[in-house]
Amino acid sequence: MTLLDVENLHVYYGQIHALKGITLHVDPGEIVTLIGANGAGKSTTLKTISGLLRPREGRITLSGQDLAALPAHEVVAKGVVQVPEGRRIFGQLTVHENLSMGAYTRTERDGIDGDLERIFTLFPRLKERRAQVAGTLSGGEQQMLAIGRALMSQPKVLLLDEPSMGLAPVLVEQIFETITGINQLGTTVLLVEQNAYMALQIAQRGYVLQTGEIALSGSAKDLQANVEVRKAYLGG
Amino acid sequence: MEPAAKTARGVWRSVVQTGALWGAGAIFLALVGLVEAVSHRQIVAGVLSLAYALLLLAGLGAGTQVSRRWAGRAAWQRIVGGALAGALVGVAVELLVVIGRSVNLRIMLINASPPLYEILSFGRGLGGVPLMMLAQTGAGAIGAAAPLLPPWFRRPVIAGLSMAFVIGLFQDLVQLMLQSGVRAGLRSLLFTGDGLALHGAVLLFVFAAGLSVLRARYRAPAGRWAVGLPPQRRRVLRWITMGAVVAAILILPWVAGLFISQVLVLVGLYTLMGLGLNLEVGFAGLLDLGFVAFFAIGAYTVGLLTTTGPLAVAHLAWWTVVPIATVVSLIAGVFFGLPILRIRGDYLAIATLGFGEIIRLLVLSDFLRPWLGGSQGVLGIPRPVLVGLEFRGPQQLIYLTVVASALVAFVAARLRDSRLGRAWMAVREDEDVAEALGINTVNVKLLAYGIGGAFAGVSGAIFAVMLGSVFPHSFNVLISINVLALIIVGGMGSLPGVMVGSLALVGLPELLREFSDFRFLVYGAVLIVMMQLRPEGLWPTAVARRELHDGAQAPAVPGHAVELAGAKEGDG
Ligand SMILES: Nc1ncnc2c1ncn2[C@@H]1O[C@H](COP(=O)(O)OP(=O)(O)OP(=O)(O)O)[C@@H](O)[C@H]1O
Ligand SMILES: [Mg+2]
Repeated sequence: MTLLDVENLHVYYGQIHALKGITLHVDPGEIVTLIGANGAGKSTTLKTISGLLRPREGRITLSGQDLAALPAHEVVAKGVVQVPEGRRIFGQLTVHENLSMGAYTRTERDGIDGDLERIFTLFPRLKERRAQVAGTLSGGEQQMLAIGRALMSQPKVLLLDEPSMGLAPVLVEQIFETITGINQLGTTVLLVEQNAYMALQIAQRGYVLQTGEIALSGSAKDLQANVEVRKAYLGG
Repeated sequence: MEPAAKTARGVWRSVVQTGALWGAGAIFLALVGLVEAVSHRQIVAGVLSLAYALLLLAGLGAGTQVSRRWAGRAAWQRIVGGALAGALVGVAVELLVVIGRSVNLRIMLINASPPLYEILSFGRGLGGVPLMMLAQTGAGAIGAAAPLLPPWFRRPVIAGLSMAFVIGLFQDLVQLMLQSGVRAGLRSLLFTGDGLALHGAVLLFVFAAGLSVLRARYRAPAGRWAVGLPPQRRRVLRWITMGAVVAAILILPWVAGLFISQVLVLVGLYTLMGLGLNLEVGFAGLLDLGFVAFFAIGAYTVGLLTTTGPLAVAHLAWWTVVPIATVVSLIAGVFFGLPILRIRGDYLAIATLGFGEIIRLLVLSDFLRPWLGGSQGVLGIPRPVLVGLEFRGPQQLIYLTVVASALVAFVAARLRDSRLGRAWMAVREDEDVAEALGINTVNVKLLAYGIGGAFAGVSGAIFAVMLGSVFPHSFNVLISINVLALIIVGGMGSLPGVMVGSLALVGLPELLREFSDFRFLVYGAVLIVMMQLRPEGLWPTAVARRELHDGAQAPAVPGHAVELAGAKEGDG
């Protein structure tokens, strides 16, 4: 039984046909990665799933429930939350305030406090800096905060848009480890990455996006072995 | 070149620059006519006029600036530097006198008149020239010495001088307040026929300085004492404080007199509007230059539903109409928000500006004249009456504005700390992310416009009874600009800031009314200086403070379980 199902998605920016019939699915408990070159339409796919963009055609369902017609805030309430590209944290607010903002859709006090603790175990660095203004965090810490904030809404599916962008290699590794950790705690992950090598290491399955279309799909192992993929994304 | 010589040259340059700058400021004030205009205004009768106070402030400022810049140097160097900068201010001012006496500058500068030169040379012709230089040198030295003094000494002195200066400046108003009984005795103690007497100024100085000393000495222990009290006692203490505040407000209009009451009512109306706009701009980050529209809608609703004139739609009591006016402005706010939901940033300013003008032109139009009265407005709005007490004039209306402002401020504070308040904050910081976090940004923005509009509607409702009539020309765009300016000056997003801002930008210009056009010069200058020195506002929120003082971060207190403490004002 699939959790998130996307069928024949067509998205336009005015005249520009950005997504030309994307079909993909994510099963419960999986990490699925979406890789592709700049401008392939990866961010567009995520934004459409999370309701920030409207598809002209196609279906998006979460456990059979239609998402395509819902506004973004209701998609979050249904359990799909996106960590936007480029770590858009609330720079003037503290770490703690950023995290509380993530729990906006929830009202039960105890659960929120519990999750806060869980996120602090996941990211001990954030715990030390809970009263610090988020804008003064390092790049890696900001990415952790953005992920933590999204987790505060208790998503069933976490959509990550290039979490490794602009980070030093050590931090990239750390972030990917964390994503695996989050997944093991029960959150399903759809991961958009340019760093195909790392993404395919932690994902079970992957899709290769090319100019708005799915060019290839399969298990992470198969994709890693695929000659085309090796040539285009894995540097050999 | 030797490094020492290099820095020495830099030092001289800073003295010359500072002196020239403040000198230019003094010359500017002289040439725009301000110095002459205020030369008859005595701060201390027969001793110091406002004109000389302003001129000497230039020397004082130059001295302080040099002294601050030379913070690491020896005290005598700083004082000599300051004195030199002050002397330069004197030279600059007297250069004007010397040149002006030999060349006719009036062709271009109409204020460069012989009476001005007389003032600038203490009425002694060229003999006064060295005198002014000497005085400015002294002012510079004093200004330079000020930062050197220990705070326990400097603070009371500054408090005392400010007190004497303010009372001297507003001596007419103060004398008006001191008319009868004990107060008349106080008046004859402090004032002579021409203004504040010298011994009066000394008394005021001693009084304020003494208060400042007492405050420094006992504030912290008193706070500790109050915190240490058992809860029951503390509650009693709180009730006593509240009672004292209420009593003070009750007698305020009768002590302050008609004119000041009038000014305070105006300050109250602007505070109400400021609280509304603050909700839109400060909390939710939605710029709005058409805010006056809601003020107008509130006023016209009251006008049409209560008037005894021909335009009456109904003859309701004011108290019944206030909730109606509030709701009408709230709905207007939501409708106002609908077409501009997708507009952001600079474009929002233009679009909202348009909305404000549309409302003004609508009420002014001939088309709606049969219903809204066109340029004639709505007349004959009766005063509200509450159990036999008629809110006749400013001295009664002040209670109404105080109560309304307190209520509205309370509502605003609760909203700020609510879920909705958090959503506003998220929208202000990053709208897209707010949406992605599950916030219904459409509703949240419409509510900001609606509730902000409702607050302005309350203000308009009081405004209508204050004037007893409403006219379209009362609702021009300057009001919107003024309200925006006052929340910026007070501190964006800060509730106490709204009141402080409206006292500064509405109250002060009213009190300075006798200086006619110059008050706008002062107003503009104050705005510029303010934004240079305190861009975060007079009473900023914690968030604004950390934004504008980069790197200054909140202390990392572990287990610091505050819900979004950043949105609450600090008490500093
Ligand atoms: N707001 C927009 N208006 C018009 N065109 C857009 C807009 N956003 C994206 N596009 C276009 O849609 C296409 C897909 O963009 P998208 O951002 O989804 O790419 P991406 O795969 O995420 O690339 P990257 O790896 O660089 O982030 C690109 O050709 C881009 O130029
Ligand atoms: Mg992208």
